[in-house]
Amino acid sequence: MSVISTTDRPLRRGAGVSATGLILIVVLGIFFLNLAALILGVVLNSFATSWFATPVPAGLTTRWYEYAGELFQLLRVLQTTFVIGAAVVFMSLLIGAPAAYALARRQFPGKRLLMLLFLLPLLVAPITYGLPLATALYQFDLAGTMAGVILANLVPSIPFVIVLLTPFIEQIDENLERAARMCGASTLRVFVKVLIPLMVPGLLAAGLLVLIRVLAMFELTFLTAGPGEQTLVVALYYTVFAAGIRPSQAIDAMAVIYMLTAFIPLVVALRFVDPTQIVARIKQENVR
Amino acid sequence: MAEHARSLRERLADRGIDRVLWLLFPAAALLGLLFVYPFVYGLGLSLQPNEGAPVIGNYVRFFASDFERSTIWKTLALAIPAAAINVGLSIPVAYKLRGPVRFKRLITTLLVMPATLGTVLVAEGLIRYFGPIGWFNQVLMTLGLVDAPLRLTHNYVGVLASLIITGFPLSLLLILGHASGIDPDLERAAATLGAEPRERFRRVVLPLMMPGITIAAVLAFVAAFSVFPSAVMVGNPAGETRVISIAAYQAAFERFDYPMASAIAMIMAAVQFAIVGFVFVIRGRLYRGTTSGAKG
Repeated sequence: MSVISTTDRPLRRGAGVSATGLILIVVLGIFFLNLAALILGVVLNSFATSWFATPVPAGLTTRWYEYAGELFQLLRVLQTTFVIGAAVVFMSLLIGAPAAYALARRQFPGKRLLMLLFLLPLLVAPITYGLPLATALYQFDLAGTMAGVILANLVPSIPFVIVLLTPFIEQIDENLERAARMCGASTLRVFVKVLIPLMVPGLLAAGLLVLIRVLAMFELTFLTAGPGEQTLVVALYYTVFAAGIRPSQAIDAMAVIYMLTAFIPLVVALRFVDPTQIVARIKQENVR
Repeated sequence: MAEHARSLRERLADRGIDRVLWLLFPAAALLGLLFVYPFVYGLGLSLQPNEGAPVIGNYVRFFASDFERSTIWKTLALAIPAAAINVGLSIPVAYKLRGPVRFKRLITTLLVMPATLGTVLVAEGLIRYFGPIGWFNQVLMTLGLVDAPLRLTHNYVGVLASLIITGFPLSLLLILGHASGIDPDLERAAATLGAEPRERFRRVVLPLMMPGITIAAVLAFVAAFSVFPSAVMVGNPAGETRVISIAAYQAAFERFDYPMASAIAMIMAAVQFAIVGFVFVIRGRLYRGTTSGAKG
C-alpha cells in the first residue's frame, strides 16, 4: 500500500504523496467537487430566469425569492422553525445537562441499563419510533400541535445532549465543587456559581448542535406536524413533492433560504467546537 | 428510627445512590414516556388486527404480501451498500488525516456542512445536478464518455448517491474523531520494533480504529435505513426504492391502518436491532481490548 520506505523517518506524514495520500485527495476531491456542483446548481437555479439543458441559465433575477416568500408563507415557516428550534434546545439542555452531570459523577447500580435507555434513541432510525410516537401523540391530542412537534424532537435531542456533555463534565475538576461546599455553598449555589459557568462552552456547543439537528430533522417533524407546525425542511419537502405546478426556481429559492438558515448556527457552532472532538476527547499529540 | 434512616441513606450513598441521582429523573421519565411507551403502545397496537384475524394477523399480512415483504430487501439493498461505502471510504481518509495534517480544520469544517443540508435539500439538488440535463450528464456528454444522458435520478442510483452525500461526512467524522484519539506512541513503538508501514496499519492502527469503525458502521446503517425523503424524491417510490419506511408511512397516513403501520415499525426495529447486534457480535469476535492507548 504505502510506498514510504523504511529509511524514511517512520511516522512522518504530509510530505510527498504516498498511496494513502492519493486516496485522500481523490476521495475528498471527488466528493467535494460533486457536492459543490450540487449546491451551486440549486443556488444558480434560484436566481435563473429560465434554465434548460445549457451550462448556465439564460438570465438572472431575484424575483423568485419574493415569489417564494409569498407562495410558501416563508416568514411564518421561519418563525415556526425558530420557535420549535429554540424550545427544543432550551428543554433538551435543561433536562439533559443535569442527567449528564449525574452520569459523569456517580457510579451506581443500574447505570448501564440507564445508559442503554439514553443511547437507544440514537441507535434507531427516527422513523422507526416516530411512527408509534405520532400514533401515541394522536391519542393524547398532541399530534399536529406545536407541543407535539417539540416533544417528538426531544427524543433524539436529550440523549444527544447527554452523550455530548457527560465527557465534558467528567473533565471538570470535582475538587472545585468540593471547595465550594467547604466554603459553605449550598447545592444550588454550587450549580449556579461554579458548575454552570464552567459548563458554558459545553452547553453552547451542545445547544448549537441540537439546533442544527432540529433544523435538519425531517422524519419526526414530518410525522407529528400539522399544516401549522411545519419547519422549513418539512415545508421544503412538501413543495418539492408537489412540484410540477410550481416553478423549480421558486423551490430552489426556498432551498437556498433553508441552507442559509442551517449554515448560520453551524458557522457559530464551529467557533466553539472542533467537529472531530464531538465524538471523542482527543489526547494532545506531541509529535516532534 | 432516625438513626436507622440515616444509616440506610449512608449505606445507599456507599453504593453511589444519593440525591444527585434525582437529576437523572426528568430525562429518564421523558424518554420513558416518549420513547419506551410509544414502542410498547405500538407493539400492542400491532397485535390488534381486524376482527377475526389471529393476534399476529398484521405480521402475517405483511410477510404474505410480496409487495410489502420486498420492502425489507429494498431497504437493506440501499442501507448496507451505503453504510459499507461510507465506512470503507472513511477508513483510509481518517487514517491519513488522524495526525496533525495541514488544512485539517478546514477539511473537517467542510465535512460537517453536508450533514446540515439534510436529506431533503440534497435530494432536491441531486434531481437537478444528476438529472438528464444536469451538469453531471452535460460534462459526461461533452467529454464524449456517453452518447445519451445516464439515468441517475428517480431510481436506485439517485437514492444511493444521496445516502453517500449525507452519510459519508458523518462516518468520516466519527472514525476520524476516534482515530485522532489513538495514542501515536503505539505506532511509534511498532515502528521501533521494525514493523513496515503496511504492517503497522494492519496490525496496530486498524485494530485500534475498530471501535470507532464499528460505531460509525452502526450509525451509518441506521441513518441509511431511515431513507424516506430521498427515496420518495430522487428514487422510484412505487418500484425499486419503495423502502420499508414508505410502506409504513402509506399504511399510517394513506390507508389509516395504524395497527398495520405499527406492525411495520416493529419489523423495522427488529431488522435494525438484528443488523446492529450482528455488527457488535462480529466486532467482539474480531477484537477485544482497550479503545485508546495501552497505558492509562
